[in-house]
Amino acid sequence: MSEVRAEMVANVWKVVVAEGDAVEDGDTLVILESMKMEIPVLAEDPGTVVSLKVAEGDVIQEGHLIAVIE
Amino acid sequence: MFESVLVANRGEIARRVIRTVRALGIKAIAVYSEADADLPYVAEADEAVLIGPAQPAKSYLDMDAVMEAARRTNARAIHPGYGFLAENAGFARRVVDDGLIWIGPPPEAIAAMGDKISARNLMERAGVPVAAGTREPVPDADAAVAAGIGYPVMVKAAGGGGGIGMSVAYDEDGLRKAYDTARTRAERFFGNPDILLERFVERARHVEIQILGLADGTVLALGERDCSVQRRHQKVVEETPSTGVGPELRSRMLSAAVRAGEAVGYRGAGTVECLVDPVAQEFVFLEMNTRLQVEHPVTELVTGIDLVEQQLLVAAGEPVTFTAVEPRGHAIEFRVYAEDPRRFLPSPGEITVWEEPAGEVIRVDSGYEAGNKVTPFYDPLLAKLCVYGPDRAQALATARDAVEAFRIEGPKTNLAFFTELLANPEFVSGDYDTGLVDRMRA
Repeated sequence: MSEVRAEMVANVWKVVVAEGDAVEDGDTLVILESMKMEIPVLAEDPGTVVSLKVAEGDVIQEGHLIAVIE
Repeated sequence: MFESVLVANRGEIARRVIRTVRALGIKAIAVYSEADADLPYVAEADEAVLIGPAQPAKSYLDMDAVMEAARRTNARAIHPGYGFLAENAGFARRVVDDGLIWIGPPPEAIAAMGDKISARNLMERAGVPVAAGTREPVPDADAAVAAGIGYPVMVKAAGGGGGIGMSVAYDEDGLRKAYDTARTRAERFFGNPDILLERFVERARHVEIQILGLADGTVLALGERDCSVQRRHQKVVEETPSTGVGPELRSRMLSAAVRAGEAVGYRGAGTVECLVDPVAQEFVFLEMNTRLQVEHPVTELVTGIDLVEQQLLVAAGEPVTFTAVEPRGHAIEFRVYAEDPRRFLPSPGEITVWEEPAGEVIRVDSGYEAGNKVTPFYDPLLAKLCVYGPDRAQALATARDAVEAFRIEGPKTNLAFFTELLANPEFVSGDYDTGLVDRMRA
């Protein structure tokens, strides 16, 4: 199981995957936006998205849990 | 001269404009969002108006909110700074229609240059060299068009700016990808889906010319700035004079920039951006920025001309303060961003320590001080560290000391990147191009 967390304060611009989706290492899970920059958050391991903790438009803090991949 | 100016911007540029406005005895009015209430520019203005919440669309980009602030404070003129509404022809038109003075070029000049396709065609007609490329919007990732231009091609949003909405393609596969990326960003950031393709010049330098259109219609060129140190097509360091431009090329570029300004009836400060092939000593027009540029201080340092003061004078219909442009010495600007120095990812946060370097040949235009919070809502520019020297070697030496002495704690900053850059043989030699930062990070 791997937890994907935010590296910085950001706005959730796009949620690319849904719970239950199978992902490969390097797939984009969500796209954050901070300081006029889009920052794709990638899966670091292959697996299934068992939990997705953000929605488009959310403002999240550094360390905020974005997704759990199993 | 008018009695008051509303500065429709934030951070370092609002502070810098307010400084000159007040020095001229004009009343400075600031506007701010809820996120910016504690920033120095708000306190330094004679009057400040809260115009909305943190999101730019609800504050700095909200024309109604800005105009209402101008009405309530009885502002006589509006200075837009750069970004936000600065290159919005509709806003400029509205300011003028409401009987206020717009400190910028005529709305028609903004509109003519705002679309990269029409700007390119207009420049070609004015005899300014342009890169091989498309003269109308390209509706899809058309491989035949790209092949006709010749790879690599730059895929660009016609309404784009600030390096956003640009992607390079080296082949047909890359073209589709670059096209999709550019298209998505064009729609999302600029509300204009038009895309153009242009020949991409590798190992080029990005050199721009500062122009100033006077009240009597004369257009002057105030020298160049080399902006080739870039990450993600965004400038990080700028210097003047350019080490890649010889005297003969410089003189051709300055005349072309004047022709560009004359072609659109330009007034006030503007910048003609070009790509330069330093080996062939040739250049092509990229785009024109119809506003004060972020990196205007380097031009001020070598010419002794206050560009904001000239903007105000031109807008008031008065003559400028100088008679000749005689650049002396060398100036370099470093954009201190709230971002990590390795990957250049944004790093908002609260500033706990802020100590600026100081000295006769050092100028710091900053937007923040200790205790301020850097929020994720705006661009990551914290301060512009500028140095001057009688020659480039001495400017570099001052820069090394100044970067070392600049202490910022809280958000991560790219100061460590500058230390690295100032030790990089390519940069130090002066023989570098827009690929420099990518090579340093490869």
